[in-house]
Amino acid sequence: MDLNVFARSILVITEKNMRIYYFKGPVVVFGLLFPLIMFFTFFIGRNLDLVLFFPGFLGMMLFFTASSVGPLITPWEKREKTYERLVSLPVILESIIIGDLLAGAIFGVAITTIVFAASAILLHLSLMNAGLLFLAFVLGSITFAALGTLLASPTMNNPSHIMMLSSLVRLPLIFVSGIFIPLSQLSGWEWILTSLSPLTYLVDLFHAALNGDAVYPPWVDMLALAAVILVFIGCAKVIQKRNLMKGL
Amino acid sequence: MDAIEANNLRKTFGPVIAVDDVSITLPQGGIFGFLGPNGAGKTTVIRMLTGVLIPDAGSVRILGTDVNKDPLTAKLKMGVIPENGTVYSDLTAEQNILITAKFYGMDRASREERAGEILARLGLEERKNDLVRTFSKGMRQRISIACAIVHSPPVLILDEPTTGLDVYSRRLVIDTVRHMNREGSTVLLTTHNIEEANALCSMISIVNKGRIVATGSPEKLKKTFDTSRYVEISFDQPVGHELFKAPGITRTESWGDKWRVYTDDPDRAVKYLASLAERDHLTIVSIATSNPTLEEAFVRLTEGV
Ligand SMILES: Nc1ncnc2c1ncn2[C@@H]1O[C@H](COP(=O)(O)OP(=O)(O)O)[C@@H](O)[C@H]1O
Ligand SMILES: [Mg+2]
Repeated sequence: MDLNVFARSILVITEKNMRIYYFKGPVVVFGLLFPLIMFFTFFIGRNLDLVLFFPGFLGMMLFFTASSVGPLITPWEKREKTYERLVSLPVILESIIIGDLLAGAIFGVAITTIVFAASAILLHLSLMNAGLLFLAFVLGSITFAALGTLLASPTMNNPSHIMMLSSLVRLPLIFVSGIFIPLSQLSGWEWILTSLSPLTYLVDLFHAALNGDAVYPPWVDMLALAAVILVFIGCAKVIQKRNLMKGL
Repeated sequence: MDAIEANNLRKTFGPVIAVDDVSITLPQGGIFGFLGPNGAGKTTVIRMLTGVLIPDAGSVRILGTDVNKDPLTAKLKMGVIPENGTVYSDLTAEQNILITAKFYGMDRASREERAGEILARLGLEERKNDLVRTFSKGMRQRISIACAIVHSPPVLILDEPTTGLDVYSRRLVIDTVRHMNREGSTVLLTTHNIEEANALCSMISIVNKGRIVATGSPEKLKKTFDTSRYVEISFDQPVGHELFKAPGITRTESWGDKWRVYTDDPDRAVKYLASLAERDHLTIVSIATSNPTLEEAFVRLTEGV
């Protein structure tokens, strides 16, 4: 396989996605507004400790932003009849999956960076390791954008069904992550449950970068996220391959 | 090296055998037509040739490159219009062409030059900055072919490129196909329009029920069915069909006020019918011999007469 052509196909698909599906007024505005709404919903009037709250909030926000549009791209393209043309260009299934993933990840990193910068100034957050924080943004965005491509895989080519499935998977993931409860306070089965969610590791990484009060060493969190990314991409490939012709 | 070489392609969907042992070899340079009724398996063959669908059995080579082993290299050599495929509604005409050119690795200068050239050829220069969302079906299809030829592909594969188009768009699409062929592209297109296949293709394969049932130039295919010629005649008064019993006449059918007299030798049949009229004092109101048509060949092959 020609790696140049492969890399090019990924980049052009990413560009296509950014232009058509992400950099649109409503998508960007909602992307920025959503964290604000979440912040007021979860924080205001509850007397929460910001140091404890913010890493979880950041994780949840990044989770939603990076995985929001990705699940819809393939169903949209199948419905709009652009998918088969895309597949007959010099691309392979992996180009489409990784291109969809990268677009989601770039969007996630961009929005999260803006929101973090604004919050850091307004809320006087502490920041112990900026490099690690940015690395966490990138890894986290890729993880949840990969979840997005996995959610795009099922046979459904009706975007509203995909939305339902997407909420059905994403909300419980937040629930089991215990993002607003310190990991050290969990016991037994609670701990097992939270260990299953990638969000747990991302939030732990944010703790390390912001306050230095993480439970795991950063490399453990990163390794866990990397493993999750590979599993998501692998599953997305298997399922999308099987459903390639569905809904064309 | 052949432009397209497919060996023993087979594809089933559950109980449906969509394509059954299809082999084709297209040398470089021609315009080849896949002619067949709806559901014959044309699209399924095209999808296997273009690397969209993996065959259950068989292999495809595009200019020597195996489509399933090295899809990226093979796809670089092709320009494709899928039957149910269209360009992005949320991009403008020009943006669609430019981003397609990027997939083929063209540099910025040649992307822009080529886009301008093609937009002019397809009569879309004035609409180039409009979103495709606002385009008619014909204009969209013109953008689809623009995208398919942007990299001057050596192999051009078009699935029903003219179906459902307005006259003007159809004309431009056909002209573009001819132009690309003159410039050196080998073209494979599918159609269920016999006239179009006749007018456009140097070689035709007739497809039915997942198999290729005949291959040849349009003229050769017509000749094969030359035996089905007939003489159409009408008289000034009703006659019965026993009148036409004679050597060399295979059968007769009544068609409104006319009779169709099928024969192996139309010339002899005309002379016989004239003598018949003379003998029975009938006036011939009209008489005509049929030309062999591709339609005849098509109907016979696809109905298994
Ligand atoms: N994705 C698919 N799933 C199930 N059946 C299919 C699929 N694609 C084609 N078929 C069936 O295969 C046969 C050939 O279809 P197709 O290749 O589209 O024919 P054509 O293009 O000549 O009209 C038809 O019977 C069709 O119903
Ligand atoms: Mg078809």
